[in-house]
Amino acid sequence: MRTAVALALIVLGSVVFHLLSPWWWTPIASNWAYIDDTILITFWITGVVFAAVVLFMAYCVFRFRHREGSRAAYQPESTRLEWWLSIGTGIGVAAMLAPGLVVWHQFVTVPDDAVTVEVVGQQWQWSYRLPGADGRLGASHVAYVSPDNPLGIDPKDPHGQDDVIVQGEPLHLELGKPVKILLRSLDVVHDFYVPEFRAKMDMIPGTVTYYWFTPTRVGTFEVLCAELCGTGHSHMRGSVVVELESEHRTWLLQQKSFAQLRAPVRADAGN
Amino acid sequence: MTDDTSNVIQSLSVAEVADVELYHPKSWITKYVFSQDAKIIAIQYSITALSIGLVALVMSWLMRLQLGFPGLLSFIDADSYYQFMTMHGMIMVIYLLTALFLGGFGNYLIPLMLGARDMVFPYVNMLSYWVYLLAVLVLVASFFVPGGPTGAGWTLYPPQAILATTPGKQWGIIVMLVSLMLFIVGFTMGGLNYVVTVLQGRTRGMTLLRMPLTVWGIFTATVLALLAFPALFVGSVMMLLDRVIGTSFFMPAIVSMGEQLPYGGGSPILFQHLFWFFGHPEVYIVALPAFGIISDLISTHARKNIFGYRMMVWALVAIGALSFLVWAHHMYVSGMHPAFGYFFATTTLIIAIPTAIKVYNWVLTLWRGDIHLTVPMLYALAFIVTFVNGGLTGLFLGNVVVDVPLSDTMFVVAHFHMVMGIAPIFAIFGGIYHWYPKVTGRLLSDTLGKLHFWVTFLGAYAIFFPLHYVGLMGVPRRYYEMGEMAFVPPSTATLNAFITVVALIVGAAQLVFVFNLVRSLRRGRPAGGNPWGATTLEWQTPQTPPGHGNWGKTLPVAYRWAYDYSVPGAAQDFLPQNQPPVPRTA
Repeated sequence: MRTAVALALIVLGSVVFHLLSPWWWTPIASNWAYIDDTILITFWITGVVFAAVVLFMAYCVFRFRHREGSRAAYQPESTRLEWWLSIGTGIGVAAMLAPGLVVWHQFVTVPDDAVTVEVVGQQWQWSYRLPGADGRLGASHVAYVSPDNPLGIDPKDPHGQDDVIVQGEPLHLELGKPVKILLRSLDVVHDFYVPEFRAKMDMIPGTVTYYWFTPTRVGTFEVLCAELCGTGHSHMRGSVVVELESEHRTWLLQQKSFAQLRAPVRADAGN
Repeated sequence: MTDDTSNVIQSLSVAEVADVELYHPKSWITKYVFSQDAKIIAIQYSITALSIGLVALVMSWLMRLQLGFPGLLSFIDADSYYQFMTMHGMIMVIYLLTALFLGGFGNYLIPLMLGARDMVFPYVNMLSYWVYLLAVLVLVASFFVPGGPTGAGWTLYPPQAILATTPGKQWGIIVMLVSLMLFIVGFTMGGLNYVVTVLQGRTRGMTLLRMPLTVWGIFTATVLALLAFPALFVGSVMMLLDRVIGTSFFMPAIVSMGEQLPYGGGSPILFQHLFWFFGHPEVYIVALPAFGIISDLISTHARKNIFGYRMMVWALVAIGALSFLVWAHHMYVSGMHPAFGYFFATTTLIIAIPTAIKVYNWVLTLWRGDIHLTVPMLYALAFIVTFVNGGLTGLFLGNVVVDVPLSDTMFVVAHFHMVMGIAPIFAIFGGIYHWYPKVTGRLLSDTLGKLHFWVTFLGAYAIFFPLHYVGLMGVPRRYYEMGEMAFVPPSTATLNAFITVVALIVGAAQLVFVFNLVRSLRRGRPAGGNPWGATTLEWQTPQTPPGHGNWGKTLPVAYRWAYDYSVPGAAQDFLPQNQPPVPRTA
């Protein structure tokens, strides 16, 4: 009896916690509401299955508990029942997988009008690079990294000269404009993660990875590193500002390009 | 299932086998220390694994204290936190769970359940344990080397695992890799033994489809481990070379802390593929023996045959095979080619179907049973609750696009602790309460057992269920401290403190378990040969605890499957596997 009640209370407690606890996802600020929807579908299906299995167990424990003289039934198998259960499970699984794969297809298909922003991770800070007037980012390699070229931009590549470099400041993005985030790391694996955008991807040294989204809400959002990257992992924070197009243009004009950042160094060298 | 046995086996006579092949110990040392008896080796494995497990338990306390009460213990800084985290994970997954299920339960139960005298290669079996012990000692040594153990996380992702900005860079990572390699060598010796014994060492009448599901689970898991561990082995060798002689298997060109490192051209993601090609089957290496043990516990204590035995066997085999096709679901956000996502999400969700069948068959076994709520049965029920809970959250993380926001958050931590931490440990507890009487001849205390059960079960659920929601909010895992996060409400700190307090209580309850184990050795109620009225052969030995060679002069013959409980017309509610069928009068 006690055991049956305990099992039923676990189901009840879990449902109550799910519905009433203050801990739930943070309001979304990107176009990936589909991901939230898929999570909700999954919560419903899995929640029903969990409750059904555990309550069935609770009932069995109560109804078929040992009493003096009671004896179990003898029933080795039932092919029919097992097939029905398998088919039912298959349908439930398909109901979660199908929307998941459709949304994944959207997630990995970058729209043509997306602007490019590069995020560079290194222990333990975030830097950003935006294309200049030519709309293209210059080539890069860690071999070029030096104190006056912290992101390793190829100094000979003409496309790189006007690249805008943001270091130690928040990244600014334009509201409603799809953005393809190129991810690059100089040292170890990091992961550029903004909970409100729902998207994340590891940055692997030696490769460039990416994901895309459209910011849908104005505001300042926290950037966290989501892949263990050494002692300072939990302190690798930053922020992203989502703002209107006009504000974004003003901000962009105030930023320094790669060529401008190197100019004083060259002047020093000339003296 | 009973009567198909009677015609086939009736002609079998009881086998008389002289035990000349067995090595007979001549001294106390060869009997109890360098023993070749699988039962002694099993106990050695179990004690070693449980002892190192207690170290991992203490690590988890320290981590939880830091998360619940940041800064309370001044000696826990970021470095030591990551060291505790790494050692906790590595010990629990490999040195405790793998070793205890295969080396502990496997060694004890395979020969006894199959009616064999011992493993087929007893000397190799002995070596297997001693190499495992060496691996554990090397692992423990990493606490004492300069710089301490590695803090790279149990996944050991390069490049950070071997760089100066990760704790344990000097010696910790080297010692860790060497210990893993030793473990794999030791396991391979034991694993070959288990597989060959199952295939070649069964007694007469013990067909593969009459084996208890415990043996099926351990057997399938061992095959998986023999195929999966080599991937970890080569990964460890390559990383060791990167670290010690400066090769670049996993190391691209890197600037670390402003300094160009002499590496170039390697692939960090190659290591992730090698690691998870091992790492995912590893989940099932731990889960499949648990599945088997739970099946037998439920059947025995509900006095009812396991429902759908053949389906259970095929489900085990199907899960084992599929487990090699899903590894990259750990890497959805690793930056691998996005097209892999479709494939691995599909295979991962397909694996849910045979797994669900197993769950249905467990609960259907309870239906119209005669349920004895013994401590092993309680643990079996708790296993189902936590395994179903953790398995269902696996459907979130396996579904590639749902994994994107949840990956690397506390949701993952909650999921895998529920499904491959708590659930398998409940199977281990259930198994220990169930088989301890055979191993020692005495029952564990029921009162202490129930106390241990309720605190552990309700406590573990209270720890890990709320943790899912912390992850859903977006709190990343592997954070030494949360600090200020704008999207996290302040009440989360209270929740974290609550979880820590519960974790301390659950940890303390394990001391009750240890006390029970020690106390019952002398003061437990004498159990007799078959206290649970079980059908399988290990309960039918002439002596309890079974002597060397297990069976005296004659080997048992298996006349029936392992689940003849409550057979209509039978006098008792169980028919042992070695009980001959009643001759038909017609």
